[in-house]
Amino acid sequence: MKILLMGNPNVGKSAIFSRLTGIDVMISNYPGTTIELKKGKMKLDGETAEVIDVPGTYSLDPASRAEEVAVNMLQEGDLVINVVDATNLERNLNLTLALLERNIPVITVLNFWDEIRHLGIRIDIQKLESRLDIPVVPVVAVTGEGIKALVSRLHEAKAHQKRYTEESRWERIGKIIGEVQRISLKKHTFLERLEDLSVQPLTGIPIMFSVLIVVFWTVRIVGETMIAYLFDPLFELYLPFVTDLSRMLGGGGVVHDILLGTLIAGQIDYIQSMGVLSTGLYVPIAMVFPYVVAFYLVLGILEDSGYLPRLATLVDAIFHKLGMHGLAIIPMLLGLGCNVPGALSTRILEGRKQRFIAATLMATAVPCMAQTAMVFALLGPYGIKGLGIFFMTLFAVWLILGFLLNRFLGGETPETFMEIPPYRIPYPGSLGKKLWMRIRSFLTEAIPFVLFGVLIVNILYVFGIIEWIGEMAAPVIVGIFGLPKEAVAALIVGFLRKDVAVGMLLPLGLDMEQLIVASVVLTMYFPCVATFVVLFKELGARDLLKATGIMLVTTLLAGGILNALL
Amino acid sequence: METTLFDLKSGEEAVIKNLKGGAEFQKKLRSLNLRRGKMIRKVTAEPFHGPVVVEIDNTEIAIGMNMAKKIVVEASESESD
Repeated sequence: MKILLMGNPNVGKSAIFSRLTGIDVMISNYPGTTIELKKGKMKLDGETAEVIDVPGTYSLDPASRAEEVAVNMLQEGDLVINVVDATNLERNLNLTLALLERNIPVITVLNFWDEIRHLGIRIDIQKLESRLDIPVVPVVAVTGEGIKALVSRLHEAKAHQKRYTEESRWERIGKIIGEVQRISLKKHTFLERLEDLSVQPLTGIPIMFSVLIVVFWTVRIVGETMIAYLFDPLFELYLPFVTDLSRMLGGGGVVHDILLGTLIAGQIDYIQSMGVLSTGLYVPIAMVFPYVVAFYLVLGILEDSGYLPRLATLVDAIFHKLGMHGLAIIPMLLGLGCNVPGALSTRILEGRKQRFIAATLMATAVPCMAQTAMVFALLGPYGIKGLGIFFMTLFAVWLILGFLLNRFLGGETPETFMEIPPYRIPYPGSLGKKLWMRIRSFLTEAIPFVLFGVLIVNILYVFGIIEWIGEMAAPVIVGIFGLPKEAVAALIVGFLRKDVAVGMLLPLGLDMEQLIVASVVLTMYFPCVATFVVLFKELGARDLLKATGIMLVTTLLAGGILNALL
Repeated sequence: METTLFDLKSGEEAVIKNLKGGAEFQKKLRSLNLRRGKMIRKVTAEPFHGPVVVEIDNTEIAIGMNMAKKIVVEASESESD
């Protein structure tokens, strides 16, 4: 049996999917979090049923591209769990009634049941059941309240073959609403006041800058604190172990160099030695991981609060100059964490041109947290100046490149038309779960890549391949970017992992200007392999080729200009 | 007084009178409950030709400027009369 979860965007389908199947999925407070069909299994009367989390849809109009997926899914489904936002019953019922025309058993779930009382809304569930002639179950998806009742009543789901026109459907909804819903006037809450204030330009723009500054400093301070008090002490304890191992291996030789790296002043140096067991563990765990945790904690709060769609609205006008909706702020923010989810989330944007621009800008000018953490470590000692120039350069590239792409690429970017969800206090349970999912994928996917990257560097060094490429690339590296030709090793590793690549700059003894140029070049010249694979899937070979060409040319220009100016 | 959502003042409430533009576009608006007879409130308009934010029932929707020009409304409390 196939059970479809269907409803308007951002009504909590994924939260219910997660409750029914036990599968962890990303849940956020903005429309379009679920970008692909998610499938899972649940036990129902001793049998296994397949549950499908269908992306949100406002109607079943087959003419609209966005609804196509949902309409096609209907053919295969055996039962629909229609998730309805109880705080916005009238609009949601439009889809419910459309489903009742389709001769498929439907059960309706009223989510956000805990919120309606604050809003002064009362809904008579019994009456709603009898008017719709299908079961209606109130739930609070994030806490799991009502999910048992939903499961126990699934078999009551009922199919209808009503015949409505669009007009008669709204008429019917109007009648039902009049009978089952009472709205009493209530005072505006603080969160509702904040909703207005954060989109009105006069107050919204200062709020936006405050939020961004708070985000930046929180990530830095939380990250630095974890490093100083947790991870550095941890690696202090680990040092005797690797030091002994180094002595056992005789302090040198191929095996020693691959596992522990070269000794710096007779000692293992976690950052510079470049061994799999020294730098390979220290960089991802003690330098990058703390910032990744800090970033995803803050991002989770932003996502679940409902601030992001408001941020998207505020920046919409600027983003349109770059050929994108304000909503493209979401791939950019996700990209600041890791470019892979950033590239995946470009799917929430409509139109090929917009997706191409967003993906290209993200891959070119948005450094992932792993890389940013290493840049913090490298440029941090120079104070705000070094970091300031680094980020301002990338921002300028992002703006100019976006403007040019919008100018010279064919195609239109449609106007914005987007629902803005209400502010919600993030629910700690789902916040924690989301943070854990992201941490887990960092630990299982990033760390092996780092180890592999370090291994490759060592092998390439042993065979003298890096030196050889260095000679070949010298005109560009030395001539245009003003870097020593040894920096080519970092560029090679950058294909695999940008954090390791930035770390490799340290032994080169660069000054601040060179560090800035090198960090910028490393961010821009090419996406890391994981991002590259996702971009290939999202854009196709031709557009990816185009995007990569743009990246290389932009890098040459930006790196050259920066080198000349600094 | 009849005007459009675009020209409505921020903070003002109004009733939707008519939708203009293509059939597909109108359908899209209606599927978000922006229909004739519905009461709305214009929350704000973003600068530099940014979108208009409108509240309907308990939902806020951001609508591109040119789309907002195609939503004909009648302000419920006109200050001129």
